[in-house]
Amino acid sequence: MAPLEILGFVLAALEGQRLRSALSALGVAIAVTAVILLTSLGEGTRQYIVAQFTQFGTNLIAVSPGKVKTFGVPGVLGGTTHKLTIADAVALRQLPGVEAVVPVAFGQAAVEAGQRSRSVFVYGVNHEAATAWRFRVAQGDFLPPGEASRQGASAVLGPKLARELFGATAPLGRRVRIGGRSFLAIGVMEAKGQLLGFDLDDSAYIPVASAMDMFNQSELMEIDVMARSAEAIPSVMRAIRQTLVARHRGEEDFTVTSQTEMLDTFGRVIGIITVAVSAIAGISLLVGGMGILTVMWISVHQRTAEVGLLRALGVTRATVGRLFLLEAVTLAMAGGVAGLALAFATGAALRAALPGLPLHTPPGSVAAGLLMSLVVGVVSGLLPARRAAELDPIDALRAE
Amino acid sequence: MIQLEGVWRTYRVGDSVVHALRHVSLAIRRGEHVAVIGPSGSGKSTLLHVLGCLDRPTAGRYTFAGREVGTLSDEERSALRQKSIGFVFQFFHLLPRLTAVGNVELPMLFAGVPAQERRQRALAALAAVGLAPRAGHRPDQLSGGECQRVAIARAAVMSPELLLADEPTGNLDRAAAAEVMELLEAMHARGLTLVVVTHDPAIAKRARRVIQMCDGEILEDSGALADEGGRRGAERPEGAPSAPSQSGVGE
Repeated sequence: MAPLEILGFVLAALEGQRLRSALSALGVAIAVTAVILLTSLGEGTRQYIVAQFTQFGTNLIAVSPGKVKTFGVPGVLGGTTHKLTIADAVALRQLPGVEAVVPVAFGQAAVEAGQRSRSVFVYGVNHEAATAWRFRVAQGDFLPPGEASRQGASAVLGPKLARELFGATAPLGRRVRIGGRSFLAIGVMEAKGQLLGFDLDDSAYIPVASAMDMFNQSELMEIDVMARSAEAIPSVMRAIRQTLVARHRGEEDFTVTSQTEMLDTFGRVIGIITVAVSAIAGISLLVGGMGILTVMWISVHQRTAEVGLLRALGVTRATVGRLFLLEAVTLAMAGGVAGLALAFATGAALRAALPGLPLHTPPGSVAAGLLMSLVVGVVSGLLPARRAAELDPIDALRAE
Repeated sequence: MIQLEGVWRTYRVGDSVVHALRHVSLAIRRGEHVAVIGPSGSGKSTLLHVLGCLDRPTAGRYTFAGREVGTLSDEERSALRQKSIGFVFQFFHLLPRLTAVGNVELPMLFAGVPAQERRQRALAALAAVGLAPRAGHRPDQLSGGECQRVAIARAAVMSPELLLADEPTGNLDRAAAAEVMELLEAMHARGLTLVVVTHDPAIAKRARRVIQMCDGEILEDSGALADEGGRRGAERPEGAPSAPSQSGVGE
């Protein structure tokens, strides 16, 4: 008995009830569409966030002051909290495998030029910030190399800030007042966009020592270390920890986080949300399965005489069962494939209507959608198939 | 070819027990034409189902072509039906979604006959019942007589040894009934063993051997009396009165 020919028989049986078959398959189709679209949205969001962060360069390691501890109170029990200083940053620059180190301090200040004034974020960094954060300078230069602990009078402006302050005139070589101090505008950055609400184009970059002095900060907010390669990240992190612990007299009063770790954490969180939401969508698959079960049950009932005939023609119980099981699986798989098509069509329509919508269909979810359809078909077909197989051929023949 | 010895078929309906067949013994030889008659509920359909291996005796032995049917598995009995037994039913039992030729192909589909050969044999079988021009029609486009002829083509297409017809003319007008009986008889003339269940005496008269049933027992068997092969069966009508006492024991 050729499987293809049996499939032909099953398809003819389904076609005999075209509307009913289509409707029951539609239940599965909608469920698969929902699962695919939701996983696509989850994956798209994850990729969007990864892209947002990696636009500031990869292989970044952030050192921030303080460490979450559950014992003692610093200063009271004799423990001293050491501050994260520019000297720490300079020491980290010497470590092998380190490509760049950026000591970071920032605050909000008014930037004035001529009659115009604008309150923006001012970042205190060093000359390596452009490399480490993948910033490009549009005009002029970035901050000049030099001792990071020295204050300076150079400032680099974000493109939006430069436009707002100087309009069409060239900002290079002009004086700006930042936080009441005079700086020389030596460069304008290329547009970079926003990160989580911070407009990076509407900010100014000045030497870190000047920023700390201006904002009256005795400590860096962060030290960004760029490793030479992704493979070097673990060894660099170890070296950072050793160096700083030694410099801080044996205390680990800082936190070292790699960008990869951070992204992994984000990825995991979004992954869990995606799975949870998809599971809810999966419940509709259960409903779709119930639809197929119901339709198949009615079908067995209505086609009792057919079962009787098949048995009289010498078709075994097992084959009769297989026919109905195959029917249920065919319905579910047809629904699954239609659901995939529907998901891709909806996805394309959504992308056209909302270009910013992060949608990315992971190949695994397509496979999972089809697999789930198969499982739904088998599970919902088992009961009707068993009923058909167990029909007494004589009773079945009498039904007309 | 067929040997029934002391066959009982008992159903349980609620609390009561119904004996559809009571101690039936019967022998049918290859190439016979047998009519089974009797009022409804006399057990003639049950007899047919037992002969067709659709039903198994509750007690007694049924031997078909040397094999004892009672000991066969569902697969083996199905294989037996597929190869050796053809059925014709009162209500035709054609699948409405298939064309005439599709219906005739059905037994071959499940027997694994290749598609091309299937189509050829189905068309030949339809031609043999005079329906070649109607091959592409669906059952609802055919008359009752035509439907029954399609069903006969379907029953004959696997070249069975035994053809069982359950009231084959019960749903047809006189002319169509005559046509159908002529077809069945023509197949019998070519060597097929034919058993027809009917309550129409005119149909029964056409058979060489008539078995009359009542209350699950064989009242009269004209063929069994006629030849020495049925001598043992000839004792049955006399043996029949003893059956009730046996049924009393059975209960």
